[in-house]
Amino acid sequence: MTAVSPTPFSPKEIADEGLTSDEYEEIVRRLGRHPNKAELGMFGVMWSEHCCYKNSRPLLKQFPTTGARILVGPGENAGVVDMGAGLRLAFKIESHNHPSAVEPFQGAATGVGGILRDIFTMGARPIAILNSLRFGDLSDAKVRRIFTGVVAGIAHYGNCVGVPTVGGEVYFDPAYTGNPLVNAMAIGLMETPEIVKSGAHGIGNPVLYVGSTTGRDGMGGASFASAELSDASMDDRPAVQVGDPFLEKSLIEACLEAFKTGAVVAAQDMGAAGITCSTSEMAAKGGVGIELDLDKIPVRETGMVPYEYLLSESQERMLFVAAQGREQELIDIFERWGLHAVVAGRVIAEPIVRILFQGEVAAEIPATALADNTPIYHRELMAEPPAYAQKAWQWSEADLPPCTDTGIAVQGVTRTWEEVLLTLLDSPTIASKRWVYRQYDHQVQNNTVLLPGGADAAVVRLRPQVGQTGDPASVRRGVAATVDCNSRYVYLHPYEGAKMAVAEAARNLSCVGAEPLAVTDNLNFGSPEKPIGYWQLAEACRGLSEACRELATPVTGGNVSLYNETLDSEGNPQPIYPTPVVGMVGLVEDIGQVRGQGWVAAGDRIYLLGSLHNITLGGSEYLAVIHSTVAGVPPIVDFERERRVQAACRHGIQAGWIRSAHDCAEGGLAIALAESCISGNRGASVHLPTLQERLDTLLFGEGGARILVSVAPEQGQAWETYLKETLGDDWQFLGEVGTSETPIQICVSGTPVIETALAVAGDRWGMAIERRLAG
Amino acid sequence: MKFGILVFPGSNCDRDVAMVTRDLLQQPTRMVWHEESDLSDVDVVIVPGGFSYGDYLRCGAIARFSPAMQATIRHAEQGGLVLGICNGFQVLTEAGLLPGALMRNRDLHFICDRVPVRVEQTHLPFTQQYQPAEVITLPIAHGEGCYYADADTLAELEANGQVVFRYCEANGGVSERANPNGSLNNIAGICNRRGNVLGMMPHPERASDAALGSTDGLRMFQSVLSALVGQA
Repeated sequence: MTAVSPTPFSPKEIADEGLTSDEYEEIVRRLGRHPNKAELGMFGVMWSEHCCYKNSRPLLKQFPTTGARILVGPGENAGVVDMGAGLRLAFKIESHNHPSAVEPFQGAATGVGGILRDIFTMGARPIAILNSLRFGDLSDAKVRRIFTGVVAGIAHYGNCVGVPTVGGEVYFDPAYTGNPLVNAMAIGLMETPEIVKSGAHGIGNPVLYVGSTTGRDGMGGASFASAELSDASMDDRPAVQVGDPFLEKSLIEACLEAFKTGAVVAAQDMGAAGITCSTSEMAAKGGVGIELDLDKIPVRETGMVPYEYLLSESQERMLFVAAQGREQELIDIFERWGLHAVVAGRVIAEPIVRILFQGEVAAEIPATALADNTPIYHRELMAEPPAYAQKAWQWSEADLPPCTDTGIAVQGVTRTWEEVLLTLLDSPTIASKRWVYRQYDHQVQNNTVLLPGGADAAVVRLRPQVGQTGDPASVRRGVAATVDCNSRYVYLHPYEGAKMAVAEAARNLSCVGAEPLAVTDNLNFGSPEKPIGYWQLAEACRGLSEACRELATPVTGGNVSLYNETLDSEGNPQPIYPTPVVGMVGLVEDIGQVRGQGWVAAGDRIYLLGSLHNITLGGSEYLAVIHSTVAGVPPIVDFERERRVQAACRHGIQAGWIRSAHDCAEGGLAIALAESCISGNRGASVHLPTLQERLDTLLFGEGGARILVSVAPEQGQAWETYLKETLGDDWQFLGEVGTSETPIQICVSGTPVIETALAVAGDRWGMAIERRLAG
Repeated sequence: MKFGILVFPGSNCDRDVAMVTRDLLQQPTRMVWHEESDLSDVDVVIVPGGFSYGDYLRCGAIARFSPAMQATIRHAEQGGLVLGICNGFQVLTEAGLLPGALMRNRDLHFICDRVPVRVEQTHLPFTQQYQPAEVITLPIAHGEGCYYADADTLAELEANGQVVFRYCEANGGVSERANPNGSLNNIAGICNRRGNVLGMMPHPERASDAALGSTDGLRMFQSVLSALVGQA
């Protein structure tokens, strides 16, 4: 390979590619020579955390990944689960945090585009998008700009591409001020008979480049995503890609059509690290090599050098291995949709990635060195929990001012319980997200069973859209989906917090009547090179693994986003809360039997499934919002109780007893009650029994395994008999649903402690975000 | 009775409409690729929602030049029925089949919601199964649905009874509060003078399947069906 001449690099040039000097030495050892500039760039992106998980891989190994319904686990573009009746579902979550911090609109838009490609690359038609978003405090003008830009970007891409955005979660906390989190999850229904995999095979088979053109946009995005953000990051704007959802829509149709011909041997999305990643991963997975000629690649700019071709992250591009002799068939399909499709290379026996440019070899690297046999760092776990956690755990409810029946004095000012309730309803994290989801087309494709805001999880009907269509009424199956993570819990106690994220996701699915099936996770953390960052990551992974085992929801894949820290002007890192977002899918057997969270009829009986007491103010929204305190031990997960309560809820829905169900999460029982009232436009009168704990704990304390349900009075007896048999004493009758004129009324031991007009509560909750954007 | 649904590369409600005409109403339905120019086998042309050619220039500005739209214009001139929904409405105004234009929503945001709409004309083949002034609830999903026309055109539309749907309160009252996007005169849908071409921003196809909660829009397709069957 005389064309590759050894070139020494300065330490800065090596660092600029995101590589350490040890990693550089390893590259030289593997190649037996110095890399050239293009090769150095290829190693830089492929050995980034984003592509090779060098810090997290040892931790991810402990996840349960198999199960009766799991058809494809981690390692492919997306996981696939069996939904029965021949229906197979692909799903995956991915982050676009760093690009969204720098350019919110395009950063978020291309995040949606990227996760959709992971789905249709498998041969599945995307049928739903969810988002998990984190922002700083909306009083900050910069945060408002990021927030509105991200929402507009998601809307722009999802709406145009014609995939409904059906659900998600949005949290606001100063911990995310300079580093928002934008995680997008996509779900698809398999349309091809075989699941399309990414391993190249068939020596001599042509390699096709399809989709959009290649330009200099998004250069080195993967290494950018794996570095800490600083003020200078704004100068990295070329590292953010620009999306074209119209082109992606055409790409979806063309790819699915192409896969159905049977002429596609393997396919891979060009996401992070573009051509470099797709060629090396396809080659490494197939145990073969790929030779690719850059002169064949359609470009949007002139004068690009190999380094730029190889590291470009231009959007809406894919790489196919086609069956020899059938390439023209595929090219015709893409041209019909106005897309590029060119033969740019071939599969070779020698397991290397060989890049040709202007008749010469521009790069030549063993495929496994880039994609498989990559560095792994086993880091040392701190001997004991870090000081910040130990200090937080010392907090107890006794540290709060005393409560009375009327209210609590906060820094000398007495606040009634009604005021506290209204303040919490006005907290953007708890408040209605209508301002957000109203900008997303959530009904396109005509399968959305539960609309955003009306239930604890999204439900989409599994109706094939092409081929075997028929009477829509014959399609009863649906998928329920949710994304969840209370990152304050995870910050305070990564192991318990991560367990609770899984438990809550499963609970949300159970609340609509779905059976939880499988998980895709997005690990958003700070720097693993710092002891606290690694402790948070390791402990959270341990919690996720245990919870996914306990709740029988294996992990089928996901994404790792590290280095989520903002450097302030003095260069001090400001870490985000560790945020392991859990995306979970569940099976709905009959879409006619799903439930929302709002009350349905006056006179219905209200019950709490689970315990009235097993709760805490540690890590609660009440403690953070009312007392400006982030401390305590967050709720501890009781898996046995969690399973029993969720099973009772699902059974109650299937039996037709339960008419509404809502998880008690942030803000505790009082907030869950108010939300069911607002959502159903009906008040309620509720009586809580004699106190065992403080009044604020009873009202606003948080804990797992608690679901608020309503049941028609005539079903009450059968329902209670069932509850006694299955939950023993672990349930409580609370009161009755009222009319649209009835207030939200809570009595404790016979004394009224909260009485709020429905309209007042509804306005606080409904307008909280809009008010802050107007201000 | 055959429906033809135009398919531009960026259409994304074409299959949703087909679900109603072909699967719910069991009518012959043909997907018409934008490069096709023969619509002679089709009784009703539907221009569906979506983003036709990406709509980066102006919604529907490119679509009007497509062979399928040229054929649609001929179909309309011959008195054939044409229904444009959402992006389809935008395309029909760009093609000159309907007057006025659709501009960015008043608050500049895309809006996806369910809104009450009053049926203003019930003699049309599209609306004869509705009661006069009936209030129905239809889904909307658009970023550019603010109907605009100059004062003369607007007066003419009103005088000729060409305003077919109007955004309203739940009780039927027309108010600024009930206007989701800033459309002049709360206009949600209009027809041409002859009454054979209808454009509307709301999505009747999304309110047609009982399994999804509403059938307020289904009656529009049933109206077309009974009108044409009656004619035959």
